[in-house]
Amino acid sequence: MTAAPAREHAIEARELTRRFGTFTAVDHITFDVGVGEVFGFLGANGAGKTTAIRILTGLLAPSSGSARVAGHDVYTESEWIKRRIGYMSQKFSLYEDLTVGENIRLYGGIYDLSREVVRERTTHMLSRLGLDAATRVQALPLGWRQKLAFSVALLHEPSIVFLDEPTSGVDPITRRQFWELIYEAAARGTTVFVTTHYMDEAEYCDRISIMVAGRIGALGAPAELKSQFDVGSIDELFVRLARPTAGAAG
Amino acid sequence: MSAFRGLLRKEALHILRDRRTLAVVIFMPILQVILFGYAIRTDISRIRLAIVDPSPDAATIELRNRFTATDAFRVVRVLPSAGTLDRLFASGAIQEAIVLDGDFANRLARGLTARVLVVADASEPNSGSAMESYALAVIQGYERDIAARGGAVRIVPEARMRFNPTRASANLFVPGLIAFVLTIISALMTAISLTREKETGTMEILLVSPLKPLEIIVGKVLAYLVIGFVSVLLVVAEARLVFAVPLRGSLMLLLGEGVLYILTSLSLGILISSRTSSQRVAMIGALAGTMLPTILLSGFIFPIESMPWPLRAIANVVPAKWFIVIARGVMLKGVGLEYLWPQTLILLGMTVLLVAAATRSFRIRLA
Repeated sequence: MTAAPAREHAIEARELTRRFGTFTAVDHITFDVGVGEVFGFLGANGAGKTTAIRILTGLLAPSSGSARVAGHDVYTESEWIKRRIGYMSQKFSLYEDLTVGENIRLYGGIYDLSREVVRERTTHMLSRLGLDAATRVQALPLGWRQKLAFSVALLHEPSIVFLDEPTSGVDPITRRQFWELIYEAAARGTTVFVTTHYMDEAEYCDRISIMVAGRIGALGAPAELKSQFDVGSIDELFVRLARPTAGAAG
Repeated sequence: MSAFRGLLRKEALHILRDRRTLAVVIFMPILQVILFGYAIRTDISRIRLAIVDPSPDAATIELRNRFTATDAFRVVRVLPSAGTLDRLFASGAIQEAIVLDGDFANRLARGLTARVLVVADASEPNSGSAMESYALAVIQGYERDIAARGGAVRIVPEARMRFNPTRASANLFVPGLIAFVLTIISALMTAISLTREKETGTMEILLVSPLKPLEIIVGKVLAYLVIGFVSVLLVVAEARLVFAVPLRGSLMLLLGEGVLYILTSLSLGILISSRTSSQRVAMIGALAGTMLPTILLSGFIFPIESMPWPLRAIANVVPAKWFIVIARGVMLKGVGLEYLWPQTLILLGMTVLLVAAATRSFRIRLA
């Protein structure tokens, strides 16, 4: 933790690019995410969101450009980045055949938390979610699992948490509860980097970016973007940005 | 360190919770020893035999008694003529027939060549030749005794089966079975369990965490190494207790070579899982890539020497072939590393190559 973040930025991406052969999945994207911000990362399927997240989480090396996550360089300091971030994938990220308590304990161990810390945070988390430690995860309804997975991703108190479509397939009420958890985390100073296909959720974000064919098509606060592009909703903006490309590609 | 312990604990819980798979893994080797030992044995006993004796007298009765006396034969018919033999063979009532000449005793008494016809049901060729040689052995024994009594010196050809004098098939299949069981547990289970993590998305979570790729892999496979090791102990103990299969060499050497072979199979499993993304594909890959060669091309069941050269060449890259040579050497011949070092070296080389390839393909997925 020698390199202190240069300004108050949790993520800084400069001309970040990733090519797979001749295909450019992420094409010179530049953006910043402020500390404690809820940043919505939008884009149609195949627009390059997952590739960008994989670069920022240290799973994939960029082809060119630069990026700093939590003040650490993605090329040389991915080990530091991994300690400072939490991650929840669009697939389910807990072990279904383990109990709630066993899952928490496993992740506590992976992030080198002491037994006392894990116990203390577990108690707090379970009472907040209203869950029993002895329940097998596979017995939980999907919405509960997602809330649990999110809380587990925050267990080691990361400075940034990446959420890849965390609410897909979840009912509207549980989605709302999920967003309450996101706001609580942001209020504690955690930066939230979230992808979603629900445009109502996009409106909840402090700022959003919309990726189109590997580039950033729009970037700003939802209200700003709506007036800038003169549209009634983010949904409308999303469709307007995505459609020409979809037509060209198809 | 506590992170790594947590991983091991997690893997143990996965295995213990999945009762059905656990039961299969533990009972399959035990059941297979029984199956191979009793049902699929290639040595034959209680052969249903008919003896055609047109003119019974002291000499032919003595020969008949010799067939009755051995466990290998069960004399189900004694017939005056060969006329009904075809029907008996066709119905399966008999598997083998001994047809004595009408003047068998007479010619024998006069020192002439007495003729005996041995007919065996060779619809299953291996059993056929085995039955034939059993019968010839009985007849030769008889001939030898007569010669001894008459004082004349006759040279009777004698063949001895070394290392497996009773030709007990258990001796032959147990080393192969160890290879087979280890392949299933190490390669198949590892491939499936690693792909399951990819399929459910938990692998990504582990990769994003500060855990090193090596820790993740070792944490996954260590449990299977332990299970594989326990299976070797079970199979060796069962083979010894139930079938009295000998262990003439060093147990330590056998277990050490066992661990080496487990490592080979584990790295094969990791390699398969790194190229596949679904449990089903991983399973098919492991079955085709490791289990079939282990059964067909390792000398486990079919002798490699009798294969055409392309198959013999392919068999050389099947790790099980080398392990089976080692296991047979240690168990049946009682030899040590002074004879088995070439095979051990080959297996070691394969393991190093496979571990390198597996680590590399696991890393490529990250980069």
